[in-house]
Amino acid sequence: MNLLALLKSKLLAGRVNKAAPELKLSRRSLLKGSLGGAAVAAAASSTLTSKATAFSWDQFFQKHYKELTPEEKKKVFARIEGELSQKYKRKVTVDDPQPIEGTKFVYALDLSKCNGNRRCVEACVKENNLDPSLAYIKVLEMDRGGLKLDAGDRYYDRATVPAKDKIYLPVQCNQCDNPPCVKACPVEATWKEDDGIVVIDYDWCIGCRYCQVACPYEARHFNFKTPEVPAERLNPNQSYLSNRIRQKGVMEKCTFCLHRTRKGQYPACLEACPTGARKFGNILDPDSEVSQILKTKVVFVLKEELNTIPSFYYYFG
Amino acid sequence: MRTYIRYWIEMLACLGKGNRTYYLWMGFLSVLILSGIYAYSHQLRFGFIVTNLSNQVSWGAYIANFTFLVGVAAAAVLLVVPTYVYERPEIKKVVIIGELLALASIVMCLLFVTVDLGNPQRFIHMIPPFGKINFPESILAWDVIVLTGYLLLNLHIPGYLLYQKYRNRPASKRFYMPFVYVSMIWAISIHTVTAFLFSGFGSRPFWNSAILAPRFLISAFAAGPALIIIIFHFMNKLSSQKVEKSATEFFSRIIAYTLPTNLFLFMCELFKEFYSDTLHNLSAHYLLFGIHGHFMIAPYVWAAIVFQVSSSFVFIFPAFRRRHNLLLAACGLAFLGIWIEKGMGLIVPGFLPTPLGDLVEYTPSLVEFFVCLGIWSVGAFLFTAFSKVAIAINTGKLAKKNLP
Ligand code: SF4
Repeated sequence: MNLLALLKSKLLAGRVNKAAPELKLSRRSLLKGSLGGAAVAAAASSTLTSKATAFSWDQFFQKHYKELTPEEKKKVFARIEGELSQKYKRKVTVDDPQPIEGTKFVYALDLSKCNGNRRCVEACVKENNLDPSLAYIKVLEMDRGGLKLDAGDRYYDRATVPAKDKIYLPVQCNQCDNPPCVKACPVEATWKEDDGIVVIDYDWCIGCRYCQVACPYEARHFNFKTPEVPAERLNPNQSYLSNRIRQKGVMEKCTFCLHRTRKGQYPACLEACPTGARKFGNILDPDSEVSQILKTKVVFVLKEELNTIPSFYYYFG
Repeated sequence: MRTYIRYWIEMLACLGKGNRTYYLWMGFLSVLILSGIYAYSHQLRFGFIVTNLSNQVSWGAYIANFTFLVGVAAAAVLLVVPTYVYERPEIKKVVIIGELLALASIVMCLLFVTVDLGNPQRFIHMIPPFGKINFPESILAWDVIVLTGYLLLNLHIPGYLLYQKYRNRPASKRFYMPFVYVSMIWAISIHTVTAFLFSGFGSRPFWNSAILAPRFLISAFAAGPALIIIIFHFMNKLSSQKVEKSATEFFSRIIAYTLPTNLFLFMCELFKEFYSDTLHNLSAHYLLFGIHGHFMIAPYVWAAIVFQVSSSFVFIFPAFRRRHNLLLAACGLAFLGIWIEKGMGLIVPGFLPTPLGDLVEYTPSLVEFFVCLGIWSVGAFLFTAFSKVAIAINTGKLAKKNLP
């Protein structure tokens, strides 16, 4: 271990101790601290994986996703498949299902059903090949009697849920119709697709994190290191714009599981939810479940005053 | 062309010569630069995990220093206007120093932006036709464009003037005056755009304020001159070019207006936050008093306020500011105070609490610290080198005819 890392881990250790009385802070500092301290240790393991993440000229000169011709796409997907299959020692496929015409996806979540069990979070992490330090869905625990976002606790840790007098508010990407993140990105690495899903080209993102600053829902997540997805839970069915393995230094986010939903399946979070709180569908189809909910229930969105125009609705069923 | 090549060779040769203080200073900076490069190599290898940034606090020391230095670069306009518009002779002699300071600051700014990128090798994604620059939607795209433009302007103007002087030819107004006028407006624009970078989004109420751009400019016009006065002091001590007292007086008088105005605008901001007493004032609360036991930044900010208030008195009263040592101390305090206030004091509270109410504090990691120090050293190194050459040319020591 070199001097710099040693000093750093010392410093971080100091921070953790200082923060100890604050439960909320200490847990996070610990996480960050152990990660930071382990950065060098992780380096050893990352040399194993360096093949897949090493600098490649092919990738350096790769065009923006929207500019790739079908042949170029094939080549790019083959390159990624090759790298990942080699790294994980199993067959990985990469495709890019296109938006279905006449479809705009909308989510609706019944807050009277959600009990805070976080199955959706687990399923999402697995489905989307997330590094264990990240999660696209945050479930906020709040006192009954209001929806005060700033008083929500995302770190609750209970043997049984729901806790007495608490309500639970899951938050993920709102797939806004007026997305501040898309406006922010200096290189058009993120955009809104025709079915309403905001996606990121991980091979184009420069990692400036401006979109993260712009997002009012904390829906964008940065790769502070090369993500380490345990091989045993790797989802080998990957798509270019959604759940393929990301690189370090790029942004990632919830894509309403476009690799599933564009093929007629439900998002992983919905399938995993045991309470039936989650509803998903095509808002352009008047008979879809979400259309019915929007017509018959009192629905609301988060931070409506910001005019982001979310595609993620909440209601009390 | 021959002359131009010879000009460059002579300038480089001029850099090789100097007294012991010069060698020690440049050697010291080189060591800091190398340690910065070493620290940065860690960040390149392991990613941002070696920083103390998080998904909650997206930006930290890099962007804080960037923001501050854009202001220093913009402040050069305060030398440019009196020189070219009002033709003040005592400023005219040193205007080139201001322009070179702007140049060094812009280089630092661009370095700070670069080290803040998760994938710096992809910078080409910003440059058309291969890249795609999200213009005019993205303010970051605007910022990159205006900063690059300012860099070019400040390369051209002093570059041209010095070259003419070196060749003993009169500078033709046609070749630089239009650029001088453009650079005046441009200087304002770089700091305005940098403010818009923060104030443009509803997600961060702490920054979502109309007076952020005026605040940035006013504070820049206090911190910039403070630094310039300190530079004048060292020029008088260490170089053959002497700066007249009236130039120093001119800048301290500017600070006498801008520094209290900066405090006033800060107070306006605080009034809005605390009197309206909405939940949006949590960040301001964190800034000054901390929230829920998190108060990492508050002591620094209070220090910044004390620094600015106390130095304001020195600048306001002529009897104080004419005492040279007191003036220097006040300049140092004002510079430091503004560096804290609009650097970390502005960036970090924007992220506390997060839009969904999380509280994660931030202090730079060692890697960040050394990278920042390295970049500041690059700036100091460049500025020393630029000024040394410029002074040699200006004083006639380095000229085409009298070869050394
Ligand atoms: S982090 Fe990536 S996606 Fe986000 S704004 Fe920067 S380049 Fe765009």
